Amino acid sequence: MPAQTMFEKIWRAHEVLPETVDTPAVVYVDLHLTHEVTSPQAFAQLAARGLKLRRPDRTLATLDHAVPTDSAQVFGGVPIRLESAAKQISELERNARLHGFELLGLRDARRGIVHVIGPELGLTQPGMTLVCGDSHTSTHGAFGALAFGIGTTEVAHVFATQCLLQRKPKTLAITVGGALQAGVGAKDLVLAIIGRIGVAGGARQAIEYRGEAIRALSMEERMTVCNMSIEAGARAGMIAPDEATFAYLRGRPRAPAGAGFEAAVERWRQVAGDAGASFDREVVMDATSIEPMISYGTNPGMVMPVGGAIPAGAAGDAQALRYMGLEPGQALLGRAVQVVFIGSCTNARLSDLRAAAGVFRGRQVARGLRALVVPGSQAVKAAAEAEGLDRVFLDAGAEWRESGCSMCVGINGDVAAPGEYVVSTSNRNFEGRQGRGVRTLLASPVTAAAAAVTGRVTDPRQFLG
Amino acid sequence: MEPVRLIRSRTMVLPEADIDTDQIFPARFLTTTEGGGFADMLFADWRFDADGKPRPSFALNRPEAAGCEVLVAGPNFGCGSSREHAPWALRDFGIRAVVSTSIADIFFSNALKNGLVPVRIEPESHAWLLANPGVEVEVDVAAGELRLPGGRAARFAIDPFARHCLLNGIDELGYLLSQRPAIEAWERR
Repeated sequence: MPAQTMFEKIWRAHEVLPETVDTPAVVYVDLHLTHEVTSPQAFAQLAARGLKLRRPDRTLATLDHAVPTDSAQVFGGVPIRLESAAKQISELERNARLHGFELLGLRDARRGIVHVIGPELGLTQPGMTLVCGDSHTSTHGAFGALAFGIGTTEVAHVFATQCLLQRKPKTLAITVGGALQAGVGAKDLVLAIIGRIGVAGGARQAIEYRGEAIRALSMEERMTVCNMSIEAGARAGMIAPDEATFAYLRGRPRAPAGAGFEAAVERWRQVAGDAGASFDREVVMDATSIEPMISYGTNPGMVMPVGGAIPAGAAGDAQALRYMGLEPGQALLGRAVQVVFIGSCTNARLSDLRAAAGVFRGRQVARGLRALVVPGSQAVKAAAEAEGLDRVFLDAGAEWRESGCSMCVGINGDVAAPGEYVVSTSNRNFEGRQGRGVRTLLASPVTAAAAAVTGRVTDPRQFLG
Repeated sequence: MEPVRLIRSRTMVLPEADIDTDQIFPARFLTTTEGGGFADMLFADWRFDADGKPRPSFALNRPEAAGCEVLVAGPNFGCGSSREHAPWALRDFGIRAVVSTSIADIFFSNALKNGLVPVRIEPESHAWLLANPGVEVEVDVAAGELRLPGGRAARFAIDPFARHCLLNGIDELGYLLSQRPAIEAWERR
């Protein structure tokens, strides 16, 4: 057999039926994660056909997109303010009872953003196929899993058959050599990658990130990189499992235990691509020259070093810059910002919060600025509180909230006001993404924290050490 | 699902590149459990000002947009969020085909599930369509051909399975359910 990429190995291992000229492949799904916003219509499709959920044991639900993040609505007995969100929550609760799958409910200590809890529980494992009705499902590829987002009709397909009809994507290797400099993190790396290949640069391809700069990343950093694969238009993003992957999974509640774990590691060692396997396309980058990055436009490909000047871009950028209230040639450094959001499936894990806290510690949020810190899960929240990070944020004057997607998607009431600039650790700077007329500047947790304490776009390296 | 064979319509043009699904269907409408009735939410923030008044210059608000079933858009249409509400809203508004040089993967797949034909054509014909809004075109699903005025035509690739489903009004779930023996065998292996 010719040398295979990791993608090809996982794909082949899950082909119930291979694709033909006339029919797509039937691909088996090992784990289906679901949430309150993209599932109700899928359950309605099942009901309309009198179908049952085929594999409740391969289905896990959580509440993240529409849930409020203020403690009073989550725990304090105050009703959820947004009636439509409350209805989505009760629908998922009803469907969980009806179909017998596990739901990590509103007050469950294991609840959180779907792409944070899968890895955290040890459910996301090398070699598996994993889908969710959410485009950031690519996050789970950090473990050497084939993970991708699907629409609601496909959610119904997986509910009914545990399978999907898929055409095989092409493969793209992104090889990153060198080492990231101090003050430059995984978020900066992935923003630089998207800036390089463009927001459609990964279309119809599954990306494998590799090279020494990728190997050097922690699992949480790898998740940040894979998370934003969709922002380059890619079908999936993945990183071969290694000792860091196995060490992360050891002892997780849903990972194999005891002798089963050692056996699993032996299997997981086979997941990486064969030496000499060829990709349809390869991009080579050097991490050493990457600086802290920030977005200036209305898609995640419109990025530059935080100290840079807005390029005189393509004609299509004019509308984006008009929306942003910016002009070509301008610097962002020193520009006043009104809101800082630290959260989302991209950057709300414990290491992200630690990095942000390092900047907040002993400092105050700038006068008049609103800073929200929203942990990625209730477990991240508890872990952060156990080491006192909540005090660091609260003492600095930031808000410390319950977990959820919050101001990344802005459907639970967490939005900014029209015209405001938000430095955000989330993944999308689309028009209106954080509220109508709101201007999003995507950046890393330390860059966001630096903006919070200065009130301006700031190079985080001035807070190093 | 209704069969989709031939769509004959004037075009409506949104020339912007990288139109994401947050523009097509703003996130604040996502807290719904309904599967339709989304026509008024389509491009809501481009179509209506903050007071809810239509912006007369926006393509969907112009009188000639009435009855248009073919949307011609800039490259990388439908990027971003996987929300199927985007094709649902286009469908509810009356759009039956989206034409571009490139269409984002998840949107492309979601569109097909709803009988909305994603038509990917070469840049030359696309540029002509952007420059000539409102022309009468024909989307011929069986032939994989987009016919323009004056006898011009652009080919578009359509997966044979997707074409079969569109032409016969078959939904994919029925096909997947028919593969149950293979799925059971795979699970037992």
